[in-house]
Amino acid sequence: MLNATLSELSAALAARKLSSVELTQLCLERIAQLNGELNAFITVDAARSLSDARRADARRAKGEAGPLTGIPIAHKDIFCTRDLLTTCGSRMLANFVSPYDAHVIEQFDRAGAVLLGKCNMDEFAMGSSSETSHFGPVRNPWGRRLVPGGSSGGAAAAVAARMAPAATGTDTGGSIRQPAALSGICGLKPTYGVVSRYGMVAFASSLDQGGPLAKSAADLAAMMNVMAGFDARDSTSLERPKEDYGRSLNRDLRGLRIGLPREYFGDGIDPGVRNAVEEATRWFESQGARGVQIELPHTKLAVPVYYVIAPAEASSNLSRFDGVRYGHRAKEYSDLTDMYCRTRAEGFGAEVKLRILVGTYVLSHGYYDAYYLQAQKIRRLIARDFAAAFERCDVIMGPTSPGTAFELGAKSDDPVQMYLGDIFTVPAPLAGLPALSVPCGFDGKGLPVGLQLMGSYFSEAALLGIAHRYQQATDWHLRVPNDTPL
Amino acid sequence: MTGWEIVVGLETHAQLATRSKMFSGAATAFGAPPNTQASAVDIALPGTLPVANAKAVEHAIRFGLAVKGQINRRSIFARKNYFYPDLPKGYQISQYELPIVAGGEVKFFVDGEERRVRLTRAHLEEDAGKLLHELSHGMTGVDLNRAGTPLLEIVSEPELRGAREAVAYARALHGLVMWIGICDGNMQEGSFRCDANVSVKRAGENKLGTRCEIKNLNSFRFMERAIEFEARRQIELLEEGGKVEQETRLYDAERDETRSMRTKEDAHDYRYFPDPDLLPLVLREEQIRKIETEMPELPDATRERFARQYALPAYDAGVLTASRAAAGYFEALVKAAGVDAKLCANWQTGALNAALNEADLPVSESKLSPASLAGLLKRIADGTLSGKMAKEVFDAMWAGEGGADEIIEKRGLRQISDSALIEKLVDDVLASNAKQVEDYRAGKEKAFNSLVGQVMKATKGKADPEQVNRVLRRKLSG
Repeated sequence: MLNATLSELSAALAARKLSSVELTQLCLERIAQLNGELNAFITVDAARSLSDARRADARRAKGEAGPLTGIPIAHKDIFCTRDLLTTCGSRMLANFVSPYDAHVIEQFDRAGAVLLGKCNMDEFAMGSSSETSHFGPVRNPWGRRLVPGGSSGGAAAAVAARMAPAATGTDTGGSIRQPAALSGICGLKPTYGVVSRYGMVAFASSLDQGGPLAKSAADLAAMMNVMAGFDARDSTSLERPKEDYGRSLNRDLRGLRIGLPREYFGDGIDPGVRNAVEEATRWFESQGARGVQIELPHTKLAVPVYYVIAPAEASSNLSRFDGVRYGHRAKEYSDLTDMYCRTRAEGFGAEVKLRILVGTYVLSHGYYDAYYLQAQKIRRLIARDFAAAFERCDVIMGPTSPGTAFELGAKSDDPVQMYLGDIFTVPAPLAGLPALSVPCGFDGKGLPVGLQLMGSYFSEAALLGIAHRYQQATDWHLRVPNDTPL
Repeated sequence: MTGWEIVVGLETHAQLATRSKMFSGAATAFGAPPNTQASAVDIALPGTLPVANAKAVEHAIRFGLAVKGQINRRSIFARKNYFYPDLPKGYQISQYELPIVAGGEVKFFVDGEERRVRLTRAHLEEDAGKLLHELSHGMTGVDLNRAGTPLLEIVSEPELRGAREAVAYARALHGLVMWIGICDGNMQEGSFRCDANVSVKRAGENKLGTRCEIKNLNSFRFMERAIEFEARRQIELLEEGGKVEQETRLYDAERDETRSMRTKEDAHDYRYFPDPDLLPLVLREEQIRKIETEMPELPDATRERFARQYALPAYDAGVLTASRAAAGYFEALVKAAGVDAKLCANWQTGALNAALNEADLPVSESKLSPASLAGLLKRIADGTLSGKMAKEVFDAMWAGEGGADEIIEKRGLRQISDSALIEKLVDDVLASNAKQVEDYRAGKEKAFNSLVGQVMKATKGKADPEQVNRVLRRKLSG
């Protein structure tokens, strides 16, 4: 049952082969069994989850169940939840309980889903390995000495290890897609503005976007049907008609033009990753799709641009953590400035401090034009690259990450090396485009490889359809990690 | 101070009259217990986001139209970053490079002479909260009720010459924002407050001197004194061979002086950048046109029209257009009374304004409606009441004793116009005052006044003095 897809679980619940309480119980047992090693969850409140489950069963009994009613969902600990800790992986918020629910949490609550727990993550979503959490690193279900990717590494590990049927995450520069790839699951970053950011602790507002992590493209679609939707409390939320993200699951692949960017298949990519991705694109060609060589000439600038814009916004977004109203406050201080300094020195970890410093620097008088403004200009060029590419193709495919899961600590001392791993995931959020990652094989070490699909604005349903067809013909997404057998 | 020119520019913060805050749904009412009007957004809880208040945007458009500024179809909200406990997000949302209103001008009068000052810009922003230092145990509290209150910051060019001109402009601006209904103008509650940038230069010098900014002037009287003090301080400094340092100063009303608050070296680097939580503020043409058609006649136009249409002196037209309520009162009064507009103007600017001032009431809360005052003016115009009697009736009406006719009746204040009665009374006075009659005939004009007084006394003041005059002259010359 733990390996079942959302639609299978939904069917089992509907046929009364299983109650939500039983399913939740199963997940909680699996968490109890594995979380000590994997550290995928920061907070699990079994009583609350079971109470949600009982409510879901009662709702089903009344005949008011929807597709996700009674299904346990894990949430990245960046989404605010009433009555439950929301730590964002930081000491700064280690004791913070939000008085309100994030829009995404409300949506799942309305759908009757069970809140299974809050997942570990890089502190304030800053990282690509889930090692910067105040609550300790997350470990990859495919190998205990490996990172699961980040920043939504806890959510990815929870789904990969079958502790949760599906999870929510957030993606700023790849934080859903990269851990999905490194953990052998699926993840979607929607078009900017499709999922409300209200109640999602902000990292970089112009890039942050919530999205699902799950075992299959069809599951991602079911999750999107709950998560997406207009919210007047987020000024960047887009007011669009409600759509069914599963409507194109059976799309025909014949005539599909697949853009293959030269820059995504160049040097610096693990041979194992390249082989798996190329094999996947060949499969699409065998189904009547056509590979088109394209260029995204500003790709190499995406990482530097991202590491100017995201820290700039973060330096301002994280100013509210000042010890005055909530969160951590230093115990001893001599005056106001001292209170600020000690509180923030104690409350933030090294990576967060590094990014606040960088962000403060690039916004400073005399540097703004050279860094922030210049980065914004290049950001527009990157978006233009994509617009030109989508004149020639319907979807862009390439690796999600240039490598597979790496060992804990391997890149911790070299932030630039860590940042360069984001090269294929940062362009889509810089352009606001939707992108997803699906498993497409394994490298020589037996570690999962992710295939990235990027589409033009609001093409989520089409991307999910293309991925779904692939998953009907392959079983990479159904493989359970050897280290966490069922 | 001769040989020096004083240059002032004002930055005015007008609190916009909206029910909810600039970026949240919390109420903006003044005086609520601390932190009862602070929502999740106002206290900057993690995950909260701002949503711009459409009403505040409309008010800014109204202002732009009123000062004939350029209304930017696209403006940008920016973050001004600094740490302070009354600033929950660690940044204030304001507008920086692209404000909603650019340019414009405000007309005002100094000693009856018209002046104009150009505006640099007007932009939307949110207010900060406030610190409460008067708590016990040496603790400082934070009240975030005011945090997020919508403000329009109106920046004038540095072209006001001296304290009086600056105050005259500020008063005109104060009148204007209330006239167009975007600000309640309550200075005690901080709804309208100014920062003054003051510099001095030698007469004839083109280059501006180094300026000092005086913060938070919340009364016109303090503004005038603060600017005067500051200009004098700078001039004395320069005359002694010193140099003015650019700094921010505070005015201490008790000591009547300005004091340094922070120097240029302490100035923050605010690291302004466009707020990524808010899309550019894009205005539609229809929206602006709709607001334009709903705009009231502006004070300048009303003043000119009053002078022309009602043949009023400039002074009267100015007083009657001090507020939209006053102007409205006047037009209602003229209409209801159907008498000479000048008579209406005299009574409104005279007795009525005096009574309102004494009772500390705005004209909108006048105890006499235009219709009831009109009742009194009709009785003056038709000769029933002399001016003196009319004042008595006015006072009784103000005291709530009833309408004009009712009081005239009750007190028997009808003017005596029965000529037979007056003839008889004059005859009586002449007969019993032979000495005065003799003096008058000998050329002593004073004696005549005494005779008039005697007749008026005999009528208890109810006779028409002019009629008494006429009759007396005739009889004395006969």
